Amino acid sequence: MDSNASAIGSAPSPWTVRSIRRRLVSGDEVAHIVTLVFASFVILIASLLINELWVNCVLSRHAFGWHFWFSSEWDPVFEHFGALPFIYGTIVTSAIALVIALPLGLAAATFLAELAPRTLSDTVSFLIDLLAAIPSVIYGLLGIFIVVPLMRTMIGPALKSVFGFLPIFSGPNYGVGFLTAGIVLAIMVVPYIISISREVLLTVPRDQREAALALGATRWESTWKVVIPWARTGIMGSVFLALARALGETMAVTMVIGNDPKIAASLFAPGYTIAAVIANEFSEAFGNVYRSSLIELALVLFLITFILNGFARLLIIATGGGSPS
Amino acid sequence: MKKTLFVLALLLGFTATAGAQTLLNAAGATFPYPIYSKWFSVYHQDHSNVQINYQSIGSGGGIQQLKAGTVDFGASDMPLNDETLGQFPFKILQFPTVLGAIVPTYNIPGVQAELKFTPQALADIYLGKVTKWNDPEIAGANPGVKLPADDIVVIHRSDGSGTTFVWTDYLSKVSPDWKTKVGSNTSVKWPVGLGGKGNEGVSGLVQQTPNAIGYVELIYALQNHLSYGVVKNSSGKFIKASLETVNEAAAGAAAKMQKDIRISITDAPGANAYPICSFTYLLIPVNISDATKRDAIKGFLNWMVADGQTMVESLNYAQLPKAVVDIEKKQISEIR
Repeated sequence: MDSNASAIGSAPSPWTVRSIRRRLVSGDEVAHIVTLVFASFVILIASLLINELWVNCVLSRHAFGWHFWFSSEWDPVFEHFGALPFIYGTIVTSAIALVIALPLGLAAATFLAELAPRTLSDTVSFLIDLLAAIPSVIYGLLGIFIVVPLMRTMIGPALKSVFGFLPIFSGPNYGVGFLTAGIVLAIMVVPYIISISREVLLTVPRDQREAALALGATRWESTWKVVIPWARTGIMGSVFLALARALGETMAVTMVIGNDPKIAASLFAPGYTIAAVIANEFSEAFGNVYRSSLIELALVLFLITFILNGFARLLIIATGGGSPS
Repeated sequence: MKKTLFVLALLLGFTATAGAQTLLNAAGATFPYPIYSKWFSVYHQDHSNVQINYQSIGSGGGIQQLKAGTVDFGASDMPLNDETLGQFPFKILQFPTVLGAIVPTYNIPGVQAELKFTPQALADIYLGKVTKWNDPEIAGANPGVKLPADDIVVIHRSDGSGTTFVWTDYLSKVSPDWKTKVGSNTSVKWPVGLGGKGNEGVSGLVQQTPNAIGYVELIYALQNHLSYGVVKNSSGKFIKASLETVNEAAAGAAAKMQKDIRISITDAPGANAYPICSFTYLLIPVNISDATKRDAIKGFLNWMVADGQTMVESLNYAQLPKAVVDIEKKQISEIR
């Protein structure tokens, strides 16, 4: 700002109005313009992205139309393409991940924010932030070498012997599949939920807790009935961030899901996700319709993320969101 | 400020001297990347005025970049068919560079023997028609081996790859059923099985999963000391893949390559020819307007089919047979 101001000051041009100069010198106007430009970059990039995807999937859109969303065929040889098994796989694995990660993450965050001594809480949360920064291929390797064998020899057989009558736990268990991918994703997203939820829980004003305790609530009641509802919006925010990461995760998922584009009721069955198929097939995709279909899949993933996020916002509003966290 | 300008001028000066070099950009297949990077670096040591920069981004990507004119030449594991060639705004010549083979690898608890596979057995396993290891189609070719009555777990590549193309091209040739139901491509609609990413993904899944079968590149199996099965060739002999048997397959196919260099060499004739192998190709435009670039590319190609071939076996690729080299020399002279 200073250099700007002095440049204008040393070389006044005829059209320099004093009022503009004063506003420039104060920095308000400059800050306004600069932040506006950077903020519009985000929108610009998003719209460029959508435009690019839309233009480049024209062949696939013309060939399949709406059918693309509902067809479960994926045949690069005879060029029939449909997104349904990939949409199914993406949503199912992300749902499994959240079902596992949400209670785990929330419980850990509550412990760290409410019960643990501050020094322990800070140390652990530092480690959790480190976990969130580990590249996904590492989680994929963890999946291949630890989760997949465990799944095949212990978790899978145990689930089968207890819940084998349910269709979701029937069929052959190869160790790779929807459930394994969901578990690996859960391990990946749980640090996000813990980290953000803990921060949010720590911002809940002290007098809220004290008021609850003064009314005769136990510590658990004050946490469960006062602190967590107060922090609800922020906790949901952490869940959506986790969901976004799970939906778009590529490397770790493709290493453990079995990569078979089929819709199966059993969680032991191999499946496929949108991000995984794009990463797997794009570089060697011969044929224009094939490439175009992969690009349309990217558009589908974009839309799913968009819809789920919009849905999430609505959920916050509907549950009386905007609590002053 | 003056200092910056000076440094800038210095840098520009360096770029100008470097400009005397011919810089060629290429992109494409990943399977031949180890030998290509060796070739390009050795060639640059001997011919310091030519530098070739190769990005192994995959055959599909190489073709797209060549089409868009952002690279000087491309590389592909799959020969380009007439339809793909028709989409190019210019004519393309395809040069086989090295040979690779694909081998079946398996993990059956209690079975140490080297299994023999008939083409029909491989096709039916991958079609999901043969589902047990003790099926007569497998057991018939392996007398004396005690095969379990367990379900076969079929593993294939999940990423698009030249390996899958060669494997499915072979299955299409030996099984009419495979040809009509599945066909051949870098990725196909697999009737059964699990997908692993890359050679390492497939071999990892095979080794972890009891009763699994998969397919990997010979070069990968040799480097990692994997055991692999032998396959019955078109002469009815069971052949183990090796650099010699792969080379024999290419020599057997050379006669047909006079007419069309893109001929597939899977299931090739020849008593000792290994049936599941293929070339990988460089894609070179016929007309190169820049004379220095043209000379550099022709120079490299002439070196590649002669001196270059002597170093391929150290990296476990099979050499081009003499007959194929002759065809390629004729093609090199067509570049104008």
